[in-house]
Amino acid sequence: MTSTAQFINIGERTNVAGSIRFKRMIVDGDYEQALSVARQQVESGAQIIDINMDDGLIDAEAAMTRFLQLLAGEPDISRVPIMVDSSKWSVLEAGLKCIQGKAVVNSISMKEGEAEFLGHARKVRALGAAAVVMAFDEDGQAETADDKFRICQRAYKLLTEEANFPPEDIIFDPNIFAVATGIEEHNNYAVAFFDACKRIKKHLPHARISGGLSNVSFSFRGNNPVREAMHSVFLYHAIPAGLDMAIVNAGQLTIYDDIPEELRERVEDVILNRRPDATDRLVDIAERYRGDGKAKARVVDDKWRQETVGKRLEHALVRGITDYIVVDTEEARQAADRPLHVIEGPLMDGMNVVGDLFGAGKMFLPQVVKSARVMKAAVAHLMPYMELEKEEMGLVGKSNGKVVMATVKGDVHDIGKNIVSVVLQCNGYDIVDLGVMVSCDTILKAAREHDADMIGLSGLITPSLDEMVFVATEMQREGLTMPLLIGGATTSKTHTAVKIEPTYKNGATVYVTDASRAVGVVGALMGDGKDTYAANIQADYIKSRASHYAGQTKKVRLNIATARDNAWTTDWNNYTPPKPTFTGTRTFKNYDLATLRPFIDWTPFFATWELKGRYPGILESDRFGEVARDLFNDANAMLDRMISEQWVKGNAIIGFWPCERDGDDIRVFTNESRTETLANFHGLRQQISKTTDRANFCISDFVAPADDYVGGFCVTAGLDEDHRVQTFKDAGDDYNAILFQALSDRLAEAFAEHMHQRVRREFWGYAPDETFSGEDLIAERYAGIRPAPGYPAQPDHTEKATLFRILDATNETGISLTQSFAMHPASSVSGLYLSHPDSVYFGVGKIEKDQVEDYAVRKAMDLDDVERWLAPILNYDRAG
Amino acid sequence: MNRWTHIEKAVKERIIILDGAMGTMLQKQNLQEDDFRGERFADWPTSLKGNNDLLVLTKPDAVEAVHNSFLGIGADLIETNSFNATSISQADYDMSDLAPEIARASALVARKCADEWTLRTPEKPRCVLGSIGPMNKTLSLSPKVEDPGFRDVTFDEVKGSYIGQIEAFIDLVDALLIETVFDTLNCKAAIAAVNAVFDKVGYKKPLLISGTITDASGRTLSGQTPEAFWTSIAHAEPFAVGLNCALGAGAMRPHVMSLSKAAATYILAFPNAGLPNAFGEYDESPDDMAAQIKPWAEDKLVNILGGCCGSTPEHIAAIAAAVDGVPVRSIPHIAPTLRLSGLEPFLIPA
Repeated sequence: MTSTAQFINIGERTNVAGSIRFKRMIVDGDYEQALSVARQQVESGAQIIDINMDDGLIDAEAAMTRFLQLLAGEPDISRVPIMVDSSKWSVLEAGLKCIQGKAVVNSISMKEGEAEFLGHARKVRALGAAAVVMAFDEDGQAETADDKFRICQRAYKLLTEEANFPPEDIIFDPNIFAVATGIEEHNNYAVAFFDACKRIKKHLPHARISGGLSNVSFSFRGNNPVREAMHSVFLYHAIPAGLDMAIVNAGQLTIYDDIPEELRERVEDVILNRRPDATDRLVDIAERYRGDGKAKARVVDDKWRQETVGKRLEHALVRGITDYIVVDTEEARQAADRPLHVIEGPLMDGMNVVGDLFGAGKMFLPQVVKSARVMKAAVAHLMPYMELEKEEMGLVGKSNGKVVMATVKGDVHDIGKNIVSVVLQCNGYDIVDLGVMVSCDTILKAAREHDADMIGLSGLITPSLDEMVFVATEMQREGLTMPLLIGGATTSKTHTAVKIEPTYKNGATVYVTDASRAVGVVGALMGDGKDTYAANIQADYIKSRASHYAGQTKKVRLNIATARDNAWTTDWNNYTPPKPTFTGTRTFKNYDLATLRPFIDWTPFFATWELKGRYPGILESDRFGEVARDLFNDANAMLDRMISEQWVKGNAIIGFWPCERDGDDIRVFTNESRTETLANFHGLRQQISKTTDRANFCISDFVAPADDYVGGFCVTAGLDEDHRVQTFKDAGDDYNAILFQALSDRLAEAFAEHMHQRVRREFWGYAPDETFSGEDLIAERYAGIRPAPGYPAQPDHTEKATLFRILDATNETGISLTQSFAMHPASSVSGLYLSHPDSVYFGVGKIEKDQVEDYAVRKAMDLDDVERWLAPILNYDRAG
Repeated sequence: MNRWTHIEKAVKERIIILDGAMGTMLQKQNLQEDDFRGERFADWPTSLKGNNDLLVLTKPDAVEAVHNSFLGIGADLIETNSFNATSISQADYDMSDLAPEIARASALVARKCADEWTLRTPEKPRCVLGSIGPMNKTLSLSPKVEDPGFRDVTFDEVKGSYIGQIEAFIDLVDALLIETVFDTLNCKAAIAAVNAVFDKVGYKKPLLISGTITDASGRTLSGQTPEAFWTSIAHAEPFAVGLNCALGAGAMRPHVMSLSKAAATYILAFPNAGLPNAFGEYDESPDDMAAQIKPWAEDKLVNILGGCCGSTPEHIAAIAAAVDGVPVRSIPHIAPTLRLSGLEPFLIPA
């Protein structure tokens, strides 16, 4: 279907009539989420986004205005044109008054007569938009090809002759209606549409054609595989007839050639109205294809094995099937002159298909990583032959480029880096993966030794940001010139623009949002237009810096004394702090992992794979449902083995100590006599100016001035993790390596959640009757909090040192701290326990120098050191 | 033959010369608070220094002197001193109600000067462009950092304010110039106002539109590329489209080029005399500026040239001399096809 290259996808998910999810966000006023739907549309390849707010529960004019005004502030969304969609003229007009670009109105028609039609058309023109014109007149919507064309022709004449409307700004919608409804008159609707398209294109120059695709399959609602097949077949015939664009869910189009032959033939009979019993015949088989698409896969299964070897390799790569890969690769090798030709030929062809589908938002990350596994298996099979050949002929393969990847010194988190590496490898790049906790020296040395085209740095914890700045400075000092890529959870475009990019002037510095962007960025930095690309990025960062500095001056923050005056407090005189069942520490070794399983929060697990949405809803999501279900099945299968075969060990330690509040600190005593200080936990206080009567929080606020207790914990589910990951990687199985890391991570979080519940019920025992389920726990409905050093309520990672010392955590659990205070193994969690029923999680946010100076004194650290650790939250520029 | 017909004929033969900066030329006269107040506003409650538009009422001599200095070196077109003569912009001085009066007076002053010079050089009639500025409130950007969806003005308010200005001088000016556009949505409201006034008075006048690329990123302040900007305003069917202000000639060239390629209409450009130095002064010399602009004419990128901030009659004279006799750009044929835009242009190939 090469003609789709010029076919325009109009994103349909920002339509309250088409998406219950989007509608709920608008009704709830959750515009932040609603914007992310629009963003996903653009990211997944929508070239225009259709926005519709028509619903009884919604004030459509107000919602349209609000949404478009917010959207104007999102350059990554508003770069594409907008289609304002409403059946009410007032909503369309309100929409156009919020859009600076040239938009499309959807729609106007002659249903209320010529005068009103022309009036609307003139206003559309006056506001600088194009218009979708429905094949709809005073007598109703056109159903036959003749009527469709007749109405469109009449509208065209009126618009161009009476309203000075440019013909190229007219987009006809000749009505896509449902077929296979059981009503005989409906059988020819699709054919009528195709005919009308052809005549419009022939007789009405420059006019375009659009349509709402999902209507055609309306009678099969609930049966997505059949609907998708109908959409695909419809487009297959409509595009050559002249359809230019359609409102579609781009992520959900089946590839025409992938539709099982039986289904395709019967759908085609219906769409093309080829036989009187077409509807019955489609209904007969439709049920077999309903559901999760498994029937589809089964039917395909026995078919693809009969294709040519090239097609089979492509199929295996696209579907991520390893079963036959060695056999097929061997067959291809025997047919090829040289083993390298198999890689450069069918295998790369297949990976290009994967790359294209991924780029177009038609494949998702878990599928791509599975494809990589197939590719690696094929290459592994060819490798001995290539080595042999190399010895004989001295030949080497070619690469698109070489990237040195590393998680920076002090940081152990590498799931994201591994995903990016795999995705880049899939696209023909050589990756030199230096692993985790890599010093600057090693990175620079490797870059030189391997003559790398690029360096990629990753990190998850905040101190890594500083380390990245250091690497950039060193690259500058040592005169390296290759581009520097920055990625990882705490990194951001702003940080890259403000702190990293200005220090490295020899080459480009680019922030990479996520794995799906990595290929585009690396490709752009290696391609012909690399200088322009780098210049654009640089200009963009100049802008980011400007808006960062502009934004900084505007935020009013309180001085620390005033913030302390607004500390959270309660009637301490009438409060008795609960006493834990023991003081000191208690260690748990080889914890039964099966008990942790129900505590797993799956939402972040899917986020790791760039599948965004809440669990369990995501399993049923239109866009991600199928791939999320597959991933979830794989995850649970692995979890079964992790638990039964004890792939990882879970260790934990918890402790309780007498304590009291000391200003912004918590003083911890050695024992109940409360005389000798064991340690001080230092707190940081919010300095943001509050508009409401909310307090300026600090963790110490939740501790009583006397006779209180504080807890601490440290848990891991990652012992032996590295070893297992390496085993998978050595076997070329990145999919399972990443899956395993992501699950270990989830188990550690589940462990922390589970221990906290036991603490509340048994060990501290202040909530013995608590019966919260997994979901309530995730929603943090319980009493008391477990703030973790390095996270929003206490962003200072160095506080972990105090916690580890008084728990003796390293000796007891095997978890150690790196120079940057990351925990090793990575799948570990630590934090404090606070018991006050009103305690809440909060974010300290940006803080001022007066607090930092005071904090340095309290911690007995150099101001410079403190500023370095707190760099990400300083509301001012550090000296030097 | 009416005055504008001359321009339409001349633009096919040579580069049309637009005047230079009004604001920075007025600054040089070192006017004081009392000059701005005049007798009429001696007791006005707010400070009026800096309300340049008001001078057409309180010190018209100062404005006339600037007009005459540009007409004297041969400018074909001068702009009325009405950049901020809208009810919304004048609200800064509590003078919203006076905006139409200021706008009309600006046109009367300019008309008088232009007509005097037309009498003196009848072979070269001088035309007046009604200057329509960008306003101090914007429709695409939020003034509140914490609420990006917030706007302190609506499309209809902006349009209404522009109508008040345009109605006041439509009969006196030869053409209208919507200029220094940094938010295309404000410009679209101005276009809607222009068309509303045309409908009301029953005749039309030519419209010129000039946008502003604010920084090195090559975008307007509201984020559009030059081509997306053109796509968004092409429905105005302007006599000319172009760019002014913000950048010096050197940095403006690529953006003028992309407009020149995309727009099937005449192109105008009036850059600053370089970029302001540390003291806010423009110190690019007339020869430097002319030397940078001359290739624009030679490469047939532009039809109308002038200057913005910092440009003096000497700058404009140097530019006029440099482009004298250079063959002109003719309007390119652009095949009709559906063109849309967000921040970037989106063309659907035929």
